[in-house]
Amino acid sequence: MTWFHKEKQPLETPKEKRVQTEGLWVKCDGCKQILWKKDLEANLQCCPKCGHHFKLGSHARLEMLFDDGRYTEHDARLASTDPLQFKDTKAYRDRLRHAEKVTGMKDALLTGEGLIEGKPAIICGMEFQFVGGSMGAVVGEKVTRAIDLCIKKKLPLVIVSCSGGARMMEGAISLMQMTKICSALARLDEARKPYISVLTDPTTGGVTASYAMLGDLNIAEPGALIGFAGPRVIEQTIRQKLPEGFQRAEFLLEHGMVDAIVPRKDVKSFIARAFRLMRAWDS
Amino acid sequence: MRKQGPPRPGPPQGGNYGVIMGNSADEQAVAKELEKQISELQRASDSTASQEEIERLRQQVAALRQKVSGPPQDAWERVLLARHPQRPYTLDYIQMLFTDFMELHGDRRFADDAAMIAGFAQFEDRPVVVIGHQKGRDTKQKLHRNFGMVNPEGYRKALRVMQLGSKFGMPIISLIDTPGAYPGIGAEERGQAEAIAYNLKEMCKLQVPVIVIVHGEGGSGGALAIAIGDEVLMQENAVYSVISPESCSSILWRDWDHKQEAARVLKLTAEDLYRMQLVDEVVPEPRRGAHMNHAQAAELLRPIVRACLDRLTKLPLAELLQRRQAKFRRLASFVSET
Repeated sequence: MTWFHKEKQPLETPKEKRVQTEGLWVKCDGCKQILWKKDLEANLQCCPKCGHHFKLGSHARLEMLFDDGRYTEHDARLASTDPLQFKDTKAYRDRLRHAEKVTGMKDALLTGEGLIEGKPAIICGMEFQFVGGSMGAVVGEKVTRAIDLCIKKKLPLVIVSCSGGARMMEGAISLMQMTKICSALARLDEARKPYISVLTDPTTGGVTASYAMLGDLNIAEPGALIGFAGPRVIEQTIRQKLPEGFQRAEFLLEHGMVDAIVPRKDVKSFIARAFRLMRAWDS
Repeated sequence: MRKQGPPRPGPPQGGNYGVIMGNSADEQAVAKELEKQISELQRASDSTASQEEIERLRQQVAALRQKVSGPPQDAWERVLLARHPQRPYTLDYIQMLFTDFMELHGDRRFADDAAMIAGFAQFEDRPVVVIGHQKGRDTKQKLHRNFGMVNPEGYRKALRVMQLGSKFGMPIISLIDTPGAYPGIGAEERGQAEAIAYNLKEMCKLQVPVIVIVHGEGGSGGALAIAIGDEVLMQENAVYSVISPESCSSILWRDWDHKQEAARVLKLTAEDLYRMQLVDEVVPEPRRGAHMNHAQAAELLRPIVRACLDRLTKLPLAELLQRRQAKFRRLASFVSET
């Protein structure tokens, strides 16, 4: 019974000798190269080697677009009431709480008012980290309020989309946000203030099928996945492999769905130039 | 809410609308017919039918074989009723509720979509525009109508005809029954999302009353694209959801076995939507569902449509549009400010 019994304690190995590298490097989805995370951050989350666009958080997005990264946030305290008391494998309430902890936001949209090349504008940025950037009652209400604010203050509007679509956990309520937002955009048409929709990777479902496609100008970041149905759903329906580049920004440009593909570093100057040409700031 | 509404006439009288309704022997015959269709669809290699479609048919067969009795208690039973193969479809309602129907075709840009019906008609001597999704009954029809799944050209056709109504002062009646917008390569190439989004924005501007009737499946954005209006009616066994219970189950539970539970948590019944003020009125159906008696289902709908038209056509245009904007602005505001 005691043949293999060890009497001595095992040797202790010092832990601090290991070099901590986890989380400092990322692999580029475009060129498969290993990138130093700090380099990526300094380059607006674009691969310095191949130009692949990684997802950019909503805060970084607004900082990038507004002068000196400064803006005033609106409707930051708006939160979901979990109207369906939704529960699948996990309660929706818990998912919300978790998302709030990760992002520090109450829901998946950040509204800011600030200056673009010295001129005032409203920008909404979607946050993919928050339940996949999905649109529920809060996103719907915040976008609508942003549009109302543009009408009231006579300001141009930018919405940067990054979303899987309508939020399942708020059921038909999510769906009705599309109506609410599109009717507000109809009012913005009357007010004659321009709206530029910036489509980033990914923009699908109910978000594409409402405000993301309704910009006076629609512009897309290179390589962004943009579509109505997700590629997996289409594959299942038609039982075929999808062609290379299907539903990517370049595909949309080719099919006439977007005005231009603009690399992230040029998005701000593009918007400013377009707003000036559309006389957004002429009174 | 008119849940109990007008008194319901006695037992179903059976219809003369091309489908057999009522006794269980007939239901078994329908089930057999559906099984034949399933095998036909599986054999047709160039068919665009999805696995999900075939799965849907299988469920319909199962429902018929089980034979639902009594009023439905469970949300999933409502889903099955809303998809019932003998339920009246859009053209059935057009035939029963309207006279002098003139179908119009094409979006003037690409094609004519058979999954979307659009045209002029008379509703009790009042010229109106009618639009709606159309499903098919037999295999050939199902493929022709693409299972009621509309492509961008269908939405563009619907908008074109609605704008004719707006131009010539004809109120619009929209009939909703679709599993969803078609998810295909061509649909994406031709801008499915843009077609839906553009409809939503332009429908807000229509200068005539818009009455929406959800009479079968309200499948997400594909339904919504023609379903926003001054008055939204929903039949008591219709469903309206952001996603099908099957897809919801496969995303959140990672299998298709939780569809019943998904149907329950999605709150997709007429009662649920009425409670959340997402629809304006619930329309009663014949006992055990609209499929039991098509004529009676239409007659239960008629007075409500008439009342809506009477009410809305009296409003001055400015008030109609202002009322519509205010309604959409308030819609589904389930937020708290902390």
